[in-house]
Amino acid sequence: MAKIELSFYPGCSSQTGASSSNYLVSAQTMCEELDITLNEIPDWNCCGASIGYGGGGELPRLTLSARNIALSEEHNAGQEIVATCAACWLSTREAKERLHEDEQMFKDANTALAEGGLRYKGEVGVRHMVEVLIEDIGFDAIKEKVKKPLEGLKIAGYVGCQTNRPFGIAGESFENPQYLDKIVESVGAESIPTFEKKVQCCGGALAFSEPEKSQEMIHGIIEAAYDNGADMIVTPCPLCQANVEIYQDQINETYGTKFDMPVVYYSTLMSVAFGRNAKDAALNGHIIKAKKLEEIANK
Amino acid sequence: MSTNSQKYRNSFLKEVEANVEEGEWVKMCMQCGVCAGSCPLGKHWDHPPQEIFMMIRAGKREEVLTSDSMWMCTSCYNCIARCPRGLPITHIMHGLATYAKRLGLAPKNQPTQGFSQLFWDNLMKKGRVNELKMGLSMYFKDGFAQGVKNAMANQKLGQNMMKAKRMNAMEIMGGHGVKSPGDLAKIIKKAQEIEDGKIQDFS
Repeated sequence: MAKIELSFYPGCSSQTGASSSNYLVSAQTMCEELDITLNEIPDWNCCGASIGYGGGGELPRLTLSARNIALSEEHNAGQEIVATCAACWLSTREAKERLHEDEQMFKDANTALAEGGLRYKGEVGVRHMVEVLIEDIGFDAIKEKVKKPLEGLKIAGYVGCQTNRPFGIAGESFENPQYLDKIVESVGAESIPTFEKKVQCCGGALAFSEPEKSQEMIHGIIEAAYDNGADMIVTPCPLCQANVEIYQDQINETYGTKFDMPVVYYSTLMSVAFGRNAKDAALNGHIIKAKKLEEIANK
Repeated sequence: MSTNSQKYRNSFLKEVEANVEEGEWVKMCMQCGVCAGSCPLGKHWDHPPQEIFMMIRAGKREEVLTSDSMWMCTSCYNCIARCPRGLPITHIMHGLATYAKRLGLAPKNQPTQGFSQLFWDNLMKKGRVNELKMGLSMYFKDGFAQGVKNAMANQKLGQNMMKAKRMNAMEIMGGHGVKSPGDLAKIIKKAQEIEDGKIQDFS
């Protein structure tokens, strides 16, 4: 397998002691196994996510992402940018497209960046990690790497919103993307291609500001996973992961349910299937333990 | 565009076209309502997107800008993916929300409006989001007593997150950040100035 070098934008939630620190650990493990080198963008900043708009206007937000791209172009020249977080990827790619389409905005962003001695060119590609897996590595190569197939596990692929819209993954439909199911199958587990909540919104940032409205939607996602016989849910998005996992206690109180559904990342599944231990797969980072995965990892 | 073609348009549509992110798309809406049917929080909106677009064209400036509808946007991008005319609806909703806030017309107690500002202030302090401080400021936004109540209600959640090492009490001491938050602040201040300079006065 060819060695791949990428300029890596990890994002705020992946940092040590932050809400998706376990995503970073498992993604790094997965990349080690797939011979992918992640070169962190030095001094990267927050992308503004999908909720920063109320405080920052259009140009300040685009400039945040332009700074990250400029830093990547300067320090990791010639390498495509890859993000593991859906919002990081979306914001960065959106900024690049907007600044490409609007010449004045391009100039304005550069005028702002000049205050910090930076220059944005916008010539580099911006990708999500799952694009690298699907397009550069491929499902067959993933299959070949599997040492411990996740046999007997039934996993609901929850793609969510921002890895899927507005850009999505080339060749996949917005309404019924299949790639996550294919990843599940590639690591030897059983997928649920007809999981009807696979692209349902979890509330995103509104899980903080509108918990009741968001938890109603999260309830529906977990309920559908149970009704489809899933042992766990897998997702490519850090906010989807957190929202669907961590509020299950509160949802149980509101709805009288007994939800105890593990929610893991594709990188968690791959780390375990590739034969790495529970710590490398960051299984200790889950509030609802993925016990069946732990069993396989500890075998 | 010739000046002739502009004179029959009501000024609020022109204002939105000039001052709101992606506002020039509003007139392209054909009122099919797919956005309303696709919105995950659609049932909570006073006015779904296509209605907001028609209200803009009808010159209902105050009703649109004081509405809490735009603040219900979860940024799921369903409406963008499905709009038959390709309107960047999510961005227009964000743009309208931001513009209403700039004019001081956004509903004051709308929770997402408040959270959105907290999030921005939080990230601008050190260049990266400090989740612990963001959580606490969200709990305590309505004063100390309510804050303690909120923190108690979410105590178990916090403990769970700390046990999983996905929340760190030490973040209160400062936490992650860029090397020079001052330089980042200068960049963003300049961007804000440029944007402010482009706002046209329609009052």
